[in-house]
Amino acid sequence: MSIIQILFWFLSVVALFSALMVITSKNPVYSVLWLIVTFFAISGHYILLNAQFLAIVNIIVYAGAIMVLFLFVIMLMNLNKETEPQKNRWLKMAGAIAGGCLLLVLVAALKDVGVKEKDTALVYEGGIGLIKNLGKELFSTYVVPFEISSVLFLSAMVGAVVIGKKE
Amino acid sequence: MSNKLDIVYLIPLLPLIGFLINGLGRNYLSKTLSGIIGSGVILGSFVLSIWAFMQVREGNAADVHYFDFIRVAGVHIPFDFKIDQLSSLFLLIITGVGFLIHVYSTAYMHEERKDHFARYFAYLNLFVFSMLLLVMGGNYVIMFIGWEGVGLCSYLLIGYWFKNQEYNKAANKAFVMNRIGDLAFLVAIFWIISKVGNANYNDVFAYAKEFSATDITVITLLLFVGATGKSAQIPLYTWLPDAMAGPTPVSALIHAATMVTAGIYMIARSNILYSLSHLTMDVVAYTGLATALLAATIALKQNDIKKVLAYSTVSQLGFMFLALGTGAYVAAVFHVMTHAFFKALLFLGSGSVIHAMSGEQDIRNMGGLSKKLKWTFITFLIGCIAIAGIPPFSGFFSKDAILLAAFEKSPVLYGIALFTALLTAFYMFRLLFITFSGKFRGTHEQEHHLHESPPSMLLPLIILAVLSIAGGLVGIPEAISHGGDKLAAFLSPVVQSVKHDAPVSHSTEYMLMGLSTVLVLIMIIYAWFRFRNYQRKEETGFGKVLENKWYVDELYESIIVKPLHRLGGFAKDVFEKTVVDGLVNGVSKMVNYGGRQLRLLQSGQVGAYVLLMVISMILIFVIQLFVRKQ
Amino acid sequence: MPINLYILLAVALFAIGIIGVLTRRNAIIIFMCIELMLNAVNLLLVAFSKMHHLKMAGVDPRIGTDGQIFVFFIMVVAAAEVSVGLAIIVMMYRNIHSVDVNFLNRLKH
Repeated sequence: MSIIQILFWFLSVVALFSALMVITSKNPVYSVLWLIVTFFAISGHYILLNAQFLAIVNIIVYAGAIMVLFLFVIMLMNLNKETEPQKNRWLKMAGAIAGGCLLLVLVAALKDVGVKEKDTALVYEGGIGLIKNLGKELFSTYVVPFEISSVLFLSAMVGAVVIGKKE
Repeated sequence: MSNKLDIVYLIPLLPLIGFLINGLGRNYLSKTLSGIIGSGVILGSFVLSIWAFMQVREGNAADVHYFDFIRVAGVHIPFDFKIDQLSSLFLLIITGVGFLIHVYSTAYMHEERKDHFARYFAYLNLFVFSMLLLVMGGNYVIMFIGWEGVGLCSYLLIGYWFKNQEYNKAANKAFVMNRIGDLAFLVAIFWIISKVGNANYNDVFAYAKEFSATDITVITLLLFVGATGKSAQIPLYTWLPDAMAGPTPVSALIHAATMVTAGIYMIARSNILYSLSHLTMDVVAYTGLATALLAATIALKQNDIKKVLAYSTVSQLGFMFLALGTGAYVAAVFHVMTHAFFKALLFLGSGSVIHAMSGEQDIRNMGGLSKKLKWTFITFLIGCIAIAGIPPFSGFFSKDAILLAAFEKSPVLYGIALFTALLTAFYMFRLLFITFSGKFRGTHEQEHHLHESPPSMLLPLIILAVLSIAGGLVGIPEAISHGGDKLAAFLSPVVQSVKHDAPVSHSTEYMLMGLSTVLVLIMIIYAWFRFRNYQRKEETGFGKVLENKWYVDELYESIIVKPLHRLGGFAKDVFEKTVVDGLVNGVSKMVNYGGRQLRLLQSGQVGAYVLLMVISMILIFVIQLFVRKQ
Repeated sequence: MPINLYILLAVALFAIGIIGVLTRRNAIIIFMCIELMLNAVNLLLVAFSKMHHLKMAGVDPRIGTDGQIFVFFIMVVAAAEVSVGLAIIVMMYRNIHSVDVNFLNRLKH
């Protein structure tokens, strides 16, 4: 078992476990923290795939910005109590079963499309994930979507302010 | 399209314009103005008709095409007019008699309010328009448009005094009975179109020989049923006497001179088809004869001056059908013409009498009117002589032609027809004597009010009287004067009577004429002695049956109207309430219930919707998998 | 690493996200689960991009770049979405003093 394999399995187990903890924690603050762990594990996967740019962006944007935003909201609203009333048990069961079924179906579909065993993802090598390459691509071929995304941010900001404003 | 006759479209267009002006402007036009417009447009049509008639006499008969009325896959109905010998003759009758009656109406209807007065002329113009369309149409569909139009106008004019419920009932009766015939006519048109592909006279008659025996019999019978409705034959005749509810000039124009002859026109127009079916010919002949006899017997005992004339009309129409049935189409058309003259004259004369009697129609309350109403009496007398058939008045020639045709077919037919003709003479002179001779039997007020009608009423009477005397001269039989039957010669390109194998010799013909004339004279003298000094008395026995019109109305009432009412009552009370309402309410209840149940799915909670969404996604995946597998 | 493993991992994360959405009532947790699902998809995209790169590098050395660019744009959109979504949750809390989605049953009426 090479070091890469060990890292892969380790990161996968961490990601799955922390994801499960996200949805099972009673306290929303814990959920946020477990979600950050998940994001770190996924970023680890990115690094393993030699997608350094995305790994950094993931940590900065998700773990750094978005999750902090979540934390702020929770704390400001004083929601960090285990006050959530229990959902109808049957509905909960139904939700879990439906999710499980979806997992099964997707796996079955995966089997069915017949991805070949020898199809592998290149790990640890390959330069496409480097900042230099992606940056070139982003500012040449995808420059228009990039600029438009700034407009999207602006409108999202305005929208957030308008919605959050007191009447 | 470069034809002199192209402008014949003006003939029906003028009355239509008159209808629109009078109909739309009825609140603004003065009585004088609407009378002038109403009569003027008909005069215009009459002048044009004379012109068209002259053109046809010079041999310029033509089919005038205007535009396509219906063009769908496989069926092509053009809107065109057929101006030939037959239709131009009818044009003359309709517009000529129509014009006189319009003029007469201006005086007769003068007591109406001005908007009703204009309404009257609007209807009358619309009627003339429809009637012209009927005779000018170049195919059965255009004829049918006119056919329906005259039926509508007949309905409107019978119910002209719509405040009287009885009159409305009479109008409804006429309309419904006409509809029965119209349905048969319509089916016949469909039948023709399905066989020939269109309904143009030219194409249909060219195709006539190729019809199978069944087709030709069914088509002609259906057309004949249509004709019985419009022309008041057994079994659909009872509307015509009731139609006398309308104003008298209307009775003269629609229910004596023109509309009721539409059936005869139709059969004469289709003579090529009829000549091919012996069965239909027999049916037509016997129906006509039976109608003539039945109506004549009823007329013997009627006491309403207009009812007598109405039954006389039915009887004369029966004569015309007898002529058609024996193949003597020319005689039928001839009788249509002479009948239009003398029956219009008689109706207008009766109108003059009613006018003088301030609306009284019962002849038992009249008597001795000849002194006060001299002109009316003279013209009425001429009309009676004409209808009775005394030479050389017009009725003699046309009736004689029909009797001759009946004799050629079978002596029995001739015997019954002659008997009916004698009855005709008898009841007409009974009417004349009771009305005009003896002593006045009405109230003092009426006697005081008696007056001769104004000139605008008398003038049409006189003109029609002249025509009644002289109108028969166009059809003098071969036996009397060689080449005297100008009408038959004129009509020969379109209408040709069926030739019998053994024509009647001239000497026999003279004998028959002499016989009928002598018998008619005897009947008149008998009527003179019997009714010279009429006294009112109750009818008993057979007379009562006749007075009640053989109880035909009561028979129809009990075998058709009442069961229909009962069926309608059943449908209304039982069928509608349980089945129809049940179905409708059931559907609404079901939808309501289903909606209530489906509503439970809508909890309004986002979680539930997401769950449903996920489940549907799973389903789609699963289906996808199974589809892929196959 | 075999692509199958990455797919399974991504599908598992996605399913966990779905289960979270279905079973929790707290709007913020549901929102986080949506982020989790987005990340599962991102991971899969990156894995596929590397797979393509390995297969087709001989043809085009830059192949697979677009997959990662795509992930970048997804992150951009997610960030915008979070800002608006959290604003909505704040407003909801302000109005009904709860972030329980079960109180949001106005759709029924």
